[in-house]
Amino acid sequence: MLKVRDLVVAYGGIEALKGISIDVPDGQIITLIGANGAGKSTLLRTIMGLETAKNGTITYDEEELNSLNSQHIVERGITLVPEGRRIFPNLTVLENLRIGAYLRKDKAGIAEDIQRIYELFPRLEERNWQMAGTLSGGEQQMLAVGRAMMCRPKLIMMDEPSLGLAPLVIKEIFRIIQRINEAGTTVLLVEQNANMALKVAHKAYVLETGRIRMEGTGRELLENEEIKEAYLGKKKK
Amino acid sequence: MEIFQAIANMTAAGFAQHLVNGISLGSLYALIAIGYTMVYGILLMINFAHGDIVMMACYFAFFGITAFHIPWYLTFVGTIIATALLGVIIERTAYRPLRDAPKNSVLISAIGASFLLENLANYLFSGRPMHFPDIPFLSSMVPVGGVQIQAICFFIPVVTVLCLVLLLHIVNHTKTGMAMRAVSKDYEIARVMGINIDNVISITFALGSALAAVGAIMWGIRYPGITPYLGVMPGLKCFIAAVVGGIGNIKGAVLGGFILGLGEILIVAFFPAFSGYRDAFAFIVLILILFYKPTGLLGETTTEKV
Repeated sequence: MLKVRDLVVAYGGIEALKGISIDVPDGQIITLIGANGAGKSTLLRTIMGLETAKNGTITYDEEELNSLNSQHIVERGITLVPEGRRIFPNLTVLENLRIGAYLRKDKAGIAEDIQRIYELFPRLEERNWQMAGTLSGGEQQMLAVGRAMMCRPKLIMMDEPSLGLAPLVIKEIFRIIQRINEAGTTVLLVEQNANMALKVAHKAYVLETGRIRMEGTGRELLENEEIKEAYLGKKKK
Repeated sequence: MEIFQAIANMTAAGFAQHLVNGISLGSLYALIAIGYTMVYGILLMINFAHGDIVMMACYFAFFGITAFHIPWYLTFVGTIIATALLGVIIERTAYRPLRDAPKNSVLISAIGASFLLENLANYLFSGRPMHFPDIPFLSSMVPVGGVQIQAICFFIPVVTVLCLVLLLHIVNHTKTGMAMRAVSKDYEIARVMGINIDNVISITFALGSALAAVGAIMWGIRYPGITPYLGVMPGLKCFIAAVVGGIGNIKGAVLGGFILGLGEILIVAFFPAFSGYRDAFAFIVLILILFYKPTGLLGETTTEKV
């Protein structure tokens, strides 16, 4: 289980996170929703070791992650599907998957996992030898998810996986997220597409300007009037 | 008209000699230019000390043979290893501490490293030109169809091609090479993949410097007068070669190296009157490239996909 307690992260003098506490229990999908600049990406980046916390703690299975760098955080089974996908455009599709397994030594297991990802995303197998930069946005997102899966994560964090994608592709991505979760991987999902994100979430947090504004099960938040108005685009009756 | 005169006066053998000179100079430029392009590809900075690394490699080989009496072939191996280490040390001390600093600071630091090496060499080895030792066979002249050609000239292109093949294999077909390519595009996400980017950067400097050492040794045999400033002009030209080929692109650096090396020699061959402008050739090519194809001949135009 991932536990974040009173996390404060600042860029220069400006606090992007002003004391955030969340729990991500094993085997669940936890969703963070919130507007631009609420601090969602910052939270994921800090957990991943890409930003340094000013205050507060991040622990995973009772071990503190704050002082570890990204490389060691990946070793503990946590990975990130970054915002904007950020696949390596100058590497082939296959190499992008291989690099996801960079720290693994088990060749047979890696080959097996590549096959599993091809089953999940047949498009990637078709485009095996293509430079990843030539893929469409949706394919790149699938590759980014596949690449993250290649390290056999226990916890996968996804930053806005639906950003800039067509509605059908978004549906597909969410279906995959659920499948990944059903296969036993914990998911920490950051989304602006609150409607979809809340539907798949076991539990959700609403972030507003660096603070947790509200928390509850996905269903509770979907039915909450304030949430409906602010994030789901539905007027109060 | 002058050019026709020059061509008419030139025998086939004479032309062949210029061609061989041009190809060997081009090969040497290519080997050194690769180092610039690799470092730029990964750190987006110009390693101004690279030319001086070439100079240091010449001195390593010089002292290995003349002062320590190590057999030349062992000296060459030792030189390559020592130069690779020198490259790594420069990166650790001059560039790594500035990893998060603005790009300009790193550039200034590179110029500093360059001056430091030049003055260190001047202080330690004196500014007096030294004669690179003659290597059995390689330094000797071979008569080919009426002209004398130094034996090393035949080895330089071969060694260069072998180095290039080896390097391209490492970059394109090994896990380390894959990591290098990944770090060059997105070091933050490379980190998330579990790649130790400091190691990858060190390997890049080691490879680039090792190739510079190979170039330096052959340079020493070919142009045996070595001074603490011998790396300055080749360094500048090889940097231009890397830009002309498309900086960040290894094959481009090789292409640029050959264009500059061959061009420089052939211009002097065909227009003896312009031989004083020999060094200007590289800069003219640079200006033309920056005008008409700023990304370089093989450089990619980066298109951002959102």
